[in-house]
Amino acid sequence: MVNDPGMALSQAAAPAQAAAQASAATAGTVRLGVLALQGDVREHSRALAAAGARVVEVRRVCDLDAVDGLVLPGGESTTIGRLLRVFELLEPLRDAIAAGLPVFGSCAGMILLARDVLDGRPGQPLLGGLDVVVRRNAFGRQVDSFEAEIDVTGVAGGPVRAVFIRAPWVEKIGDEVEVLGRVGDRIVAVRQDNVLATAFHPELTGDTRIHQLFVSMVEGIRERQGLGQVRGTA
Amino acid sequence: MSEGLTTAEPAQPDHGSARAAALPGGAGAGGGTHVGTARVKRGMAEMLKGGVIMDVVTADQARIAEDAGAVAVMALERVPADIRAQGGVARMSDPEMIASIIEAVSIPVMAKARIGHFVEAQVLQELGVDYVDESEVLTPADPHHHIDKWRFTVPFVCGATNLGEALRRIGEGAAMIRSKGEAGTGEVSNAVVHMRTIRAEIARLSALAPDELFAAAKELRAPYELVAEVARLGALPVVLFTAGGIATPADAALMMQLGADGVFVGSGIFKSGDPARRARAIVEATTMYTHADVIAKVSRGLGEAMVGINVGELAPTDRFADRGW
Repeated sequence: MVNDPGMALSQAAAPAQAAAQASAATAGTVRLGVLALQGDVREHSRALAAAGARVVEVRRVCDLDAVDGLVLPGGESTTIGRLLRVFELLEPLRDAIAAGLPVFGSCAGMILLARDVLDGRPGQPLLGGLDVVVRRNAFGRQVDSFEAEIDVTGVAGGPVRAVFIRAPWVEKIGDEVEVLGRVGDRIVAVRQDNVLATAFHPELTGDTRIHQLFVSMVEGIRERQGLGQVRGTA
Repeated sequence: MSEGLTTAEPAQPDHGSARAAALPGGAGAGGGTHVGTARVKRGMAEMLKGGVIMDVVTADQARIAEDAGAVAVMALERVPADIRAQGGVARMSDPEMIASIIEAVSIPVMAKARIGHFVEAQVLQELGVDYVDESEVLTPADPHHHIDKWRFTVPFVCGATNLGEALRRIGEGAAMIRSKGEAGTGEVSNAVVHMRTIRAEIARLSALAPDELFAAAKELRAPYELVAEVARLGALPVVLFTAGGIATPADAALMMQLGADGVFVGSGIFKSGDPARRARAIVEATTMYTHADVIAKVSRGLGEAMVGINVGELAPTDRFADRGW
């Protein structure tokens, strides 16, 4: 990143970075990473900044050291999984989540957090952390992608506009998993301890209530652990 | 470069393509679900950002692309380099072949329709293709009109050489834009020119006073509302990928540093000596596009790149980028 002429040209990313930095100057101490291997990183960064967090992009293991929590964005789960392995993030992240790192995954992020995936690629790398089985592309192909209003437990102020894009759903859940939202009879939002996941994309709507929920979750976990490094709750 | 999705609604109306639908998969959510909205179409492209979309002509190639980490594949009968070499009319691919690729992979599948050929697009939508590329690589079906893309549930990507062209396509309902470059040459210069042109024109709009945007819209030959939106956002309201001549990991990283949201690679992979390895290398360079150490590592010993054609040596009639208006 040092001496990097390209970054001068990459003004496209500037508004999100500026927003994140502005927020860092004024907001609390929660510092959240967004896994930036592939997917809608910018939308999550912007939503987290609006929810009052300091935001950093995570591409390498060393980037993980300074974050209190991590967002796994929407994207292509097979691509992100492969890149996690190639860039040697898979095991460190898996360990960090198991050790209590707060994580929020949307869509592809939910798939990566699952214990197991149906209709995935054989051997598709997963991080785990959520005792659920998800079905990939469960709602169908892109022509079936849709928006709907759904109620999410823990989110006040009425239903959220949920955007489902080739979205998964949760097919099986373990005893420890709390269901936060459904569309029809399908489970599409869940929480278990330090892990939050949605099958839809709250980062695409401009409504930051789900990101605020995650920021509060991270703050709560930090408080319980006496403001120390978040570790060891699993 | 898309900034529009976090605003409440896109500036362009979705001319009736959004329809209420029973939830697929028998979930039965009841009323209030909508497919084919601008947000769902543009959002699909957001999910592809930072990724590589690869041209494939067989199910085996599609599997190689998926294994290499492609975010999507473009199913077609002939890659642009072969269309160039063989000549003749280039049309939508055989639905049988597209269906076999949809069957072979779990990642999104795109396919190309001729410019203006809305029935080819209807067929592709019917097949369950995830994105339609209304592409200058195929022989245009209509010299005056592009497809009215608002009328479809499936989203469209279109090529552009400059901002006005990009905004005309968005005005017609395109949910994703890619630079045209010069497909099938393995020569990246046109993609560079198109990307720099679009960025420079966006920067210029952002510097104009509000009362100057009306004349700017006239000069760009683009809808005023979209021109004003771009000026306000400092970016297109949809994702901007690059395409046309990307053949190496360094080419992909170059285009990302120039501001592309992601990369289409056409002939560059399966016309090279070791497609699987080159595909992986281009994916990794696209992710780590500012990390020269990674680009250096993945570029080593990749074998033969595709044989290139210098764009300057092409006859004007052989330039795909001049198709479309």
